[in-house]
Amino acid sequence: MKSARLGPWIAILIGAIYFIVPLIATFEFSLRKRRGEYSLDAYRSLFEDSRFLQSFGYSALVALATIVVGVLLVVPTAYWIRLRLPGLRPVIEFITLLPLVIPAIVIVFGYLRMYNSSSWLPFTASARATDALLVFSYVTLSLPYMYRAVDTGLRAIDVRTLTEAGQSLGASSARILFSVILPNVRAAVLSGAFLTFAIVIGEFTMASLLNRPAFGPYLQNVGANRAYEPFALAVIAFAVTWASMGLINVFGRGAHDMAAPGKR
Amino acid sequence: MAFLELENLRKSFGPNHVVQNVNLGIESGEFVSFLGPSGCGKTTTLRMVAGFEVPTEGVIRIDGRDVTDLKPNQRNVGMVFQSYALFPNMNVAQNVGFGLKVARRPAAEIRPRVEEMLRLIKLPALGDRYPYQLSGGQQQRVALARALAIKPQVLLLDEPLSALDAKIRVSLRDEIKAVQRELGITTVYVTHDQEEALSMSDRIVVMNEGRIEQIGTPFEIYNSPKTRFVASFVGTLNILRARILDAEAGRIAIDGQDVVAARGVAGASAGEMRSVALRPEAVILSDAGGDQNRLSGAIEEVSFLGSVVRVRVRFGDNAISLDTFNNPNAPPPRRGEPATVSFAREDLLVLDGAEAG
Repeated sequence: MKSARLGPWIAILIGAIYFIVPLIATFEFSLRKRRGEYSLDAYRSLFEDSRFLQSFGYSALVALATIVVGVLLVVPTAYWIRLRLPGLRPVIEFITLLPLVIPAIVIVFGYLRMYNSSSWLPFTASARATDALLVFSYVTLSLPYMYRAVDTGLRAIDVRTLTEAGQSLGASSARILFSVILPNVRAAVLSGAFLTFAIVIGEFTMASLLNRPAFGPYLQNVGANRAYEPFALAVIAFAVTWASMGLINVFGRGAHDMAAPGKR
Repeated sequence: MAFLELENLRKSFGPNHVVQNVNLGIESGEFVSFLGPSGCGKTTTLRMVAGFEVPTEGVIRIDGRDVTDLKPNQRNVGMVFQSYALFPNMNVAQNVGFGLKVARRPAAEIRPRVEEMLRLIKLPALGDRYPYQLSGGQQQRVALARALAIKPQVLLLDEPLSALDAKIRVSLRDEIKAVQRELGITTVYVTHDQEEALSMSDRIVVMNEGRIEQIGTPFEIYNSPKTRFVASFVGTLNILRARILDAEAGRIAIDGQDVVAARGVAGASAGEMRSVALRPEAVILSDAGGDQNRLSGAIEEVSFLGSVVRVRVRFGDNAISLDTFNNPNAPPPRRGEPATVSFAREDLLVLDGAEAG
C-alpha cells in the first residue's frame, strides 16, 4: 500500500521541482539588485518607470475591449450554432482553432497587407484605428479559448428547452439571450475573459508589429536593456496570470452550484 | 367551432412523415391527452401548436385566429416541459413573473399575480428559492405556475411527469387536473402513460406512426378500442386470433372452440381471420355457466403478485391472461392443470381489419 502511494508523490515532487524551482530562482534573482542583500529595488524601479504603468494600463484597456468584443461575437454565435445550426459546429470549432495553428506574425502581416494606410480600409492610418485593429487581432487570438469556454458553458445547460420556455412566455430571441442564456453561462464567459486577459496582457508580436505601446513590447525592451528588472517583470506577469486563473476557479465554482441538478 | 382547431396538419422531416393528416377540434376548457408510444408524432403535434415546429401543411387556429405562421412568442400559449426548464439564474418568484415582465406589466400587477400562482400550486413560501433548491415535483409545479401566470389561451404539457418518481407522479397528476379544472383552461397533454391519460383527460387522442388511431373519452377508448393498436396500447388487453364462422350471428372460433361476440362482427365475412380483444378483468377462471362464452385450455403460467395472482391460460396458438385476487385459504392453480375460463359475449371485441389467415 505504502509503495503504491509513494509513486504518485514522487511524480508530484518532480513536477513541483520542475515548475517551482525556476520560479523561485527568478524571484530570488529579482531581489538581488542591491549588492549583498535582498531588496525590492527592481520592483521599485519598475513601478517608478512611467512606461511600465502606461504600457500595463494600455494593455489592460485593450484586454477589456477585447473581452467585450469577444463576448459580443462569441456568445451569440455559439448560442445560435447550438440552437439552430448544430451541423456547423465542427466547422466553427475548426475556424476558432486556426489562431493556434497560424502564427501570430502571419496573421499580423495579413492585417498589414489588408488594412495598411493605402488600402480600402486604412486601419493603420491613425493611432485609434490601429488600436481597434489590435483589439480585433486579439479577439482572433483569443477565439480558441473564448469559444471553447462559452461552448462548454452552453453544453452544461439545456439551451434548446430554456429558449423554448422563454419563447412560450413571450420573450424575443435577444431577451432570451441576455436574460436567460448569458447569466447561465456567466462563469464560462468569465473563464474565457480571464484567459483572454492573461493572453493579451503579455502579447508581443501583434502589438510590436502594429507599433502600439503595449506591455509585451515593454517587457521585451526592459529584458534587452536591464539586468534585474526583467526578472521582476516576469514575476509580476506570472502573478497576473495566476490571479486570472484563480478568478476562473472562484467563478467556476459558483457556476457549479447554480447548475446543480434539481434533486434535493 | 372548436376553440383549438388542427386542420389537415402534416409534418415531415425530409423523407420522414412524422405527423400525417391530423384533424382535431378541442373545445374551450377541455382537457385532451395525446397518447401513444415514442415516435408516434404526439410531441411534434404539440410543438406545432406551441410554434416550435412549422407544419409542412395544415392550419392551426386558436379561438378562430389562424396562428400557423405566428412565432411561439406571439401565440399566448403556455408550455410545461418534461425537463421543467426553469431558468436556473432566477428564483421561483422571478421565474413565475418572467412572462409578465416580458409583457411589461407593472410591478404592482406582477407581485400579486406571482403570489396568486404560488398559492395555486401550494408553494406560497418558496418564492425566494432557486430551482436547484427544489425537488423535481416542486420544480414542475413552479413550471406550471410560470406557464399559467401569463393567462395563456391554451396550456400545453409535454410529458410533464415523466422525470418524476411514481408516487409524486400520481399526486402531481391530481394537482394538475385540479388546477386545470379550477381555471377552466383549454389543455393539451402529451403522454405515453395510459394511466395518466385515462385518469386526467376529458378526451384521449391515441396516435400511432403519425396518425390519429382513435379519439374518444377514456371510457370509450378503454372499453371500445377501434383498432388492434389502441386495444394493445391502452390497458393490458388479451389479443387473440379468431376465425369468423357466422358474422350475422356473431359466431367465431378461437383455436377451434366456438364463442359468440355480441358486437363488432358486422362487415366481416365467414372464414376471415380477425383480431379479437378481451380485457383481463372480464375473464373469470371457472365455468360461469349460463350463456357465457367458455374456453378450455391449460394453465401456462402463474405469477403471484401479492394481492393479485396473474394466471395465463393457453388454448393452442392463443393465450389469455387474467388476474384473480389472492385468497389465503385457496392456493393458486398449478402450471399444466386443465382450466376453463369464461367471459360475457359483450366483452369480446372484434377489432377492425382482416388478418392474413
